[in-house]
Amino acid sequence: MQIQTDFLEEARRQAEICNACRYCEGYCSVFPALHAERAFSDGDLTQLANLCHNCRGCYYACQYTAPHEFDLNLPQALANVRQDSWEELAFPRAAGKAFQKNGVLIAIVTVIGFALLFWAARALSSAGGEGFYAVLSHNAMVAIFLPAFLFPLFSIAVSLRRYWRRVDAGPFEPAHLVKALKQAANMRNLKGGHGDGCNFEDEDRFTHARRAVHQAVMYGFLLCFASTSVATVMHYVFNMPAPYGLLSLPKLLGVSGGLLLVVGCFEMIRLKLRSDRSLGATAAFGGEMAFVGLLGFVGFSGLALYALGQTTVMPTLLAIHLGAVLAFFLLTPFSKMAHGFYRLAALTAEAGRKG
Amino acid sequence: MTSPDIAIIGGGNAALCAAITAVEAGARVLILETAPKSYRGGNSRHTRNFRCMHHGPLGPLVDSYTEEEYLADLMKVTGGKTDEGLARLAIRTSEECLPWMEEHGVRFQPSLSGTLSLARTNAFFLGGGKSLVNAYYRTAEKLGVQVEYEAAVTHLELDEDRVTRIDYTQNGQMHTIAPKSVVVASGGFQADTDWLARAWGPAAKNFLIRGTPYNRGVVLADLLDQGIEQVGDPTQCHAVAIDGRAPKFDGGIVTRLDCVPFSIVVNKDAQRFYDEGEDVWPKRYAIWGRLVAAQPDQVGYVIIDAKSLELFMPSVFPPIKADTLEELADKMGLPADALVQTVSEFNDACGDTSGFHPTELDGVTTTGLNPPKTNWARPITEPPFYGYSLRTGVTFTYLGLKVDEHAQCSVGNRPVTNLWAAGETMAGSILGQGYLAGFGMTIGTVFGRIAGKEAAAHANSN
Repeated sequence: MQIQTDFLEEARRQAEICNACRYCEGYCSVFPALHAERAFSDGDLTQLANLCHNCRGCYYACQYTAPHEFDLNLPQALANVRQDSWEELAFPRAAGKAFQKNGVLIAIVTVIGFALLFWAARALSSAGGEGFYAVLSHNAMVAIFLPAFLFPLFSIAVSLRRYWRRVDAGPFEPAHLVKALKQAANMRNLKGGHGDGCNFEDEDRFTHARRAVHQAVMYGFLLCFASTSVATVMHYVFNMPAPYGLLSLPKLLGVSGGLLLVVGCFEMIRLKLRSDRSLGATAAFGGEMAFVGLLGFVGFSGLALYALGQTTVMPTLLAIHLGAVLAFFLLTPFSKMAHGFYRLAALTAEAGRKG
Repeated sequence: MTSPDIAIIGGGNAALCAAITAVEAGARVLILETAPKSYRGGNSRHTRNFRCMHHGPLGPLVDSYTEEEYLADLMKVTGGKTDEGLARLAIRTSEECLPWMEEHGVRFQPSLSGTLSLARTNAFFLGGGKSLVNAYYRTAEKLGVQVEYEAAVTHLELDEDRVTRIDYTQNGQMHTIAPKSVVVASGGFQADTDWLARAWGPAAKNFLIRGTPYNRGVVLADLLDQGIEQVGDPTQCHAVAIDGRAPKFDGGIVTRLDCVPFSIVVNKDAQRFYDEGEDVWPKRYAIWGRLVAAQPDQVGYVIIDAKSLELFMPSVFPPIKADTLEELADKMGLPADALVQTVSEFNDACGDTSGFHPTELDGVTTTGLNPPKTNWARPITEPPFYGYSLRTGVTFTYLGLKVDEHAQCSVGNRPVTNLWAAGETMAGSILGQGYLAGFGMTIGTVFGRIAGKEAAAHANSN
């Protein structure tokens, strides 16, 4: 397993300079972890890279950025290592390599998702179903989405195991995971240490824009996921199949989540377009944007389906929405979506190191 | 452009404090920063803390730090060569500066790892001096201060007791403005190595400059040539021993080396020349700047062995490593036989090392060796052996503009009615020699704000 050596070498060179300076100690979780080492193994650098949330505070505060001959750009150096680690640790690896940086491939998979669902709707429609199930029978939906849901989970589990070994993390303890979840829940690492936020869309100005937008996306997604989970329980446990009314739990969660997701993804794309790309993994920009677009589209098509569910365009919208969901699920381990899992692993490992 | 009310020459901490204070007093303010935007901020870019008097906990600072204790610390490092009146003014005002800094965008953090001894006296900037500079530029521009980068002031025209115009070049074009008030905050002259060599002798050509390459003293020289009153010994500069592989300019904090107390230091002839264990390193690095400057070619070589490698902060460049002393000498360009002999004489002079304690004066000393090593003297025996080269790194110069308690400059025995100075360029008015960590930012902040206030009052009433 070889992460591109030049990315690691560059990150190591920069980390050694940072370790002799230490001015950035207060910004985020990366620096206390970095300052605890005297030398940096590949695993150490992978861990630091996944702790880094690319808030860029350290870049704009750095007296050694270009044109200084030390030419520090730690956010970029760590982004490159991080991006590569997601590709190398993916299962199967080839899928990580194919999709992480490739927006066009992500779009193609999405279109294939649409096509598959259109075909399924035509071939597997059920005479007896109600609502959405009239378009695609419940069993057909389960047959498509159960494996499409379980495979990514399995794949991510394999990757996280690889990650844990690579960074040489200690024994897993739930208390450390709880600590990590707390940090993720309020995105402590995008607060900048002083609570003023991070640098992203306007050079060295600190704002909470990226943190707010990220939380909209994250909580929007979690609400949508909760909606689906609740509906599954209602279907199987309480024998209450869809469709559900406006004031039902799945709808309340789904609509609010969908709105957050759409607004969040739209704003995230706007922020990313205004940001300085040279402070991130430039090669992955297209892949990231395509992923955010896909995630936003999942939310948008879901809302459209809700709004127009009683009209004649419903079957078309259903196929489009489910196609997008399918693509999203399948790409989760191989797209930017994976970052959430790696970040959580990194924060958990860090909590373990601190004891 | 039309002439502003106030022109501020320089773009570091003192200049920004002056600009913000003046614009808040209602004046139209222009900053002329000679560096490009990426290098703005002078030596403030490299700073990390602000020494601050306080009664009780204040911001990141714990306990109290009284005026008398602060002054005593200052007197100790300057050997009494201090203007007590101005020093007390700086110290007393520092307490109100900290909240002012926070109001204008500066953020602090708890004392950095390895600097716990400063947690009571020095407030550390979150992200260091460049983040402070960034925050001040944001604040200043929001308040309406105009900033011109790569604007190199070449001349201030002095007509008796008044500055009548400023000439500066930008993008190859000459500009002339006639502001009502002028604040000079453009640092010392240490980046002009010819000037350093005139003051220090040719050895200065081998010095490294730890800070900005833009402090060339152009404005300082121009004003001194016109009879503006000067202060400070031109042959004095604050110099420390740093990693010999550091860049010529702007190496900043990372080029420091903390390994001397655990080493022997030799010159290019592989001879020791001073007691490496005289005191803890923070109290000795400045002395070593001068010691190294006095050696042939202004270079020293630090030799340690494996057991000492992890006793000090990691260095920015890895040490030179070898399995034998001969190989190390070869790699470092030292005479091998002489180095082996020096090490062996040193080792023979070491005694009982059981009391070795890396963070306190442990009294583990050599006997019968000249010069002795009076603490942390352990034989250098355990391979691999490691070496660093040491050179003299100049932090700042003391020669500057003499100011009064209003930060006002003078010519002959009368004040220049519209000229004030702040920061490094007038720090010699307070510090005659030596340096106290974080005091430069105190002088810059206190006198920057005074200069801004006075300059605005003058501009507003004319």
